[in-house]
Amino acid sequence: MNIFIALLLFSLIGCALVVCLTKGFLTSIVIYMSYSLVMSVIWFNIESPDLAITEAAVGAGVTSLLFFATLKKIDAIDEDTEDEIEEAKNE
Amino acid sequence: MNKFFQAIKRWVDGDEKLKIDNENVNIKSNVTIDESTKYFLEESKKEKNAFQRMTNWFNTFGIMYYRRVYMAISILTCLIMITLLLLTVSFLPQFGNPSNPANNEVSRRYITEGLKETGAVNLVGGLILDYRAFDTLGESHVLFCAVIAVIILLKLEKDQNKKYYLKELQDLSDDEKYYDYDNQVLKFATSILFPIIMILGIYIVLNGHLSAGGGFSGGAIMGAGLILYLTAFGYEKIEKFFNFNTFKWISLFGLIAYALLKTYSFYTGANHIESIIPKGIAGNIISSGLILPLNICVGLVVCSTMYAFYSLFRKGDM
Repeated sequence: MNIFIALLLFSLIGCALVVCLTKGFLTSIVIYMSYSLVMSVIWFNIESPDLAITEAAVGAGVTSLLFFATLKKIDAIDEDTEDEIEEAKNE
Repeated sequence: MNKFFQAIKRWVDGDEKLKIDNENVNIKSNVTIDESTKYFLEESKKEKNAFQRMTNWFNTFGIMYYRRVYMAISILTCLIMITLLLLTVSFLPQFGNPSNPANNEVSRRYITEGLKETGAVNLVGGLILDYRAFDTLGESHVLFCAVIAVIILLKLEKDQNKKYYLKELQDLSDDEKYYDYDNQVLKFATSILFPIIMILGIYIVLNGHLSAGGGFSGGAIMGAGLILYLTAFGYEKIEKFFNFNTFKWISLFGLIAYALLKTYSFYTGANHIESIIPKGIAGNIISSGLILPLNICVGLVVCSTMYAFYSLFRKGDM
């Protein structure tokens, strides 16, 4: 069990570093979602399932969706993906 | 002393001797010179006064040094902050130690008398909605204030500034083209997942006093379900059962009902009057007095607020 928790904690640190270091906004948001999921597993392990449910719903779900909506608004999503969407529309 | 001032004056005005020195430097450093250094040396050969030389230095070597110093200082600051925080953590009491300062008579009272006094099997639910219900009321109002701020900033007004409104609407309808409403995979997955998500959310809200969860988590799950429905089927479908008026009335009802119910229990508690609300048998669905209706109120407010955030961010309306 201790190895499992150590693994989770190290993946937390790894996720936090990678969020800072990646260049694409979309990638970093997806990694941030995985950070929240790992965090919710840790909450469950230290016997607070209430917080685990809230973290999974708010941290991984709603917050990332708000980030995505904001990226859409400020046109920060890479142009390549937008071009791909346009091509798919034209086909 | 007089010679010294003369030397300074010559240096400030930029005179012959310095020029010769610079040429010597140029000959010495004939090895690999990059563009900016070359430019600097060529510029420095021309006669200039001190101010011009200073600006020249800042534009060429200055930025380079500035960047290095900036990086060094930022790394140093980060290291100092990390050390300080780690030191603070090392002074914290051990996790789960029975002699921790948090294990005082307050938490002992909650643990021993909580089930009898609140009637909630889930101790956390009983704590946040009975002993500390005022905190939860404040949290609901924080969410409400946040959504009001978002409405003030992002909601499109129909009456005033009609020209501006039409232009915004045009931009938004261009924006809406990117959303793919003919995605069959998403539609099929949503038609299976949406009922499950909503039932899970309702279960967590209604079972808040018996098992893990409560109003906030259940409400967030239901809000995420509504957002999923919106992404799959678009505004036309969801406006049939959830629009701005629905949001307005649900928030109003939730907050007012919460405030009134808690006013009653605060009034009776402060005046030592016996409350008429029965506690019920612990473990039943209808038990634990006011906690179940308060959970429902919080769940409704959080659900509608989460959906409102997303919808206002995306369209500026609901």
